[in-house]
Amino acid sequence: MADEVVLLDFWASIFGMRVRIALAEKGIKYENKEEDLWNKSPFLLQMNPIHKKIPVLIHNGKPICESLIIVQYIDEVWHDRAPLLPSDPYQRAQARFWADFIDKKIYDSGRKVWTTKGEEQEAGKKEFLDSLKTLEAELGDKPYFGGDSFGFVDIALVGFYSRFHAYETFGNFSVEAECPKLIAWAKRCMEKESVSKSLPDRKTVYEFFAQRRKKFGVE
Amino acid sequence: MTNQEEVKLLGFWVSPFVRRVEWALKLKGVEFEYIEEDVFNKSPLLLQLNPVHQKVPCLVYNDNKVISESFVILEFIDEIWKQNPLLPQDPHDRAKARFWAKFAEEKVFEGAWNALCSLGEEKERAVKLTIEAMEHIEGEMKRIDYFFGGESIGYLDIIMGWMAYWLPVFEEVGPIKILDPLRFPATIAWANRFLDHHVIKDNLPPRDKMIVYFHNRREVLSSISHGWLKI
Repeated sequence: MADEVVLLDFWASIFGMRVRIALAEKGIKYENKEEDLWNKSPFLLQMNPIHKKIPVLIHNGKPICESLIIVQYIDEVWHDRAPLLPSDPYQRAQARFWADFIDKKIYDSGRKVWTTKGEEQEAGKKEFLDSLKTLEAELGDKPYFGGDSFGFVDIALVGFYSRFHAYETFGNFSVEAECPKLIAWAKRCMEKESVSKSLPDRKTVYEFFAQRRKKFGVE
Repeated sequence: MTNQEEVKLLGFWVSPFVRRVEWALKLKGVEFEYIEEDVFNKSPLLLQLNPVHQKVPCLVYNDNKVISESFVILEFIDEIWKQNPLLPQDPHDRAKARFWAKFAEEKVFEGAWNALCSLGEEKERAVKLTIEAMEHIEGEMKRIDYFFGGESIGYLDIIMGWMAYWLPVFEEVGPIKILDPLRFPATIAWANRFLDHHVIKDNLPPRDKMIVYFHNRREVLSSISHGWLKI
């Protein structure tokens, strides 16, 4: 029986990117349905009635929500190829810990950088960079967070790279100056087709956020 | 459990997050050494074991493997000790359990904690949002016969276990009203079954001390505008 896989997505969403990358790593054929977040389809509201958010993976008609939960689901269903999580339970726990750290620290602080100004933006900037430095320390000299192979934590973080240019411009800082090893890691990830095809162009992202900033009254 | 295994748990008596780990270990019959931590006067050991968040629970497995964050610890426990599985086998059921665990934590726990520690309009809003979230939980509670784990306690029961015992304390201290038995009969019934389980009932902090503790926390945290820290 052929698997039917549909992804409800939004091009700029870092959460959507995680799922795109996971599907690409596993070589899974799927239909990508772009959602207009300001005019959500009835189908999205039906598939994710609780949060009404993307990404939603629909596998043979059954929806799965929340990006990291989806990535783990993909890893468990298509377990015969390209493992995304390590096999050792302790290494898996470390991967889950760092993915959770990324979810708690990077998204909200990054959001402050592009939606606010003045003191609030400075506070967001500091938290954003401090969190990236912690991640950079965790990466160390390893090629990927999981070691030699690209995996769960890399997938959780790399989508943010598409936003660095925008954040840097709005916040007047350079991620490369503060976290050179992390930028080297991001560029290494971008050499993988699963990543480069899943991330939008940074200029397009910048323009999108610049338009949105006007709506927040900070431009 | 093999003879060479050594399990230590760094905890704090009143933390519901720590109790989750204790329940999971006890349900699997895993022996462990419990080390009480004073979270208001953090030990060098805690800072060494969990430098990133400096929080409990912290599980130390065979002396050199440290795992933090209760959700992460539970999955680790389930993978190391295969008896009495906590998560379902089927990937879609696992995804659903993880989804509801995240939802309960982000919408119900955070909401109830915010309601406990805030004042005025912020408090009212937090109560309202928590009740709205509880409506979804009640929906899930109506689908099960006994526990989310079936006849035995599972992952989602453990994650939501705080609602059975800590939430009524939050309500008394708040004072806030969230778990109306007329509105949430399935949740109340599940909570009673949960508290009645032999592993759970023997592993709860003393209620009178909890009232004093959370009353003090509420006093401190409600005086900081928009500042609410967990535990």
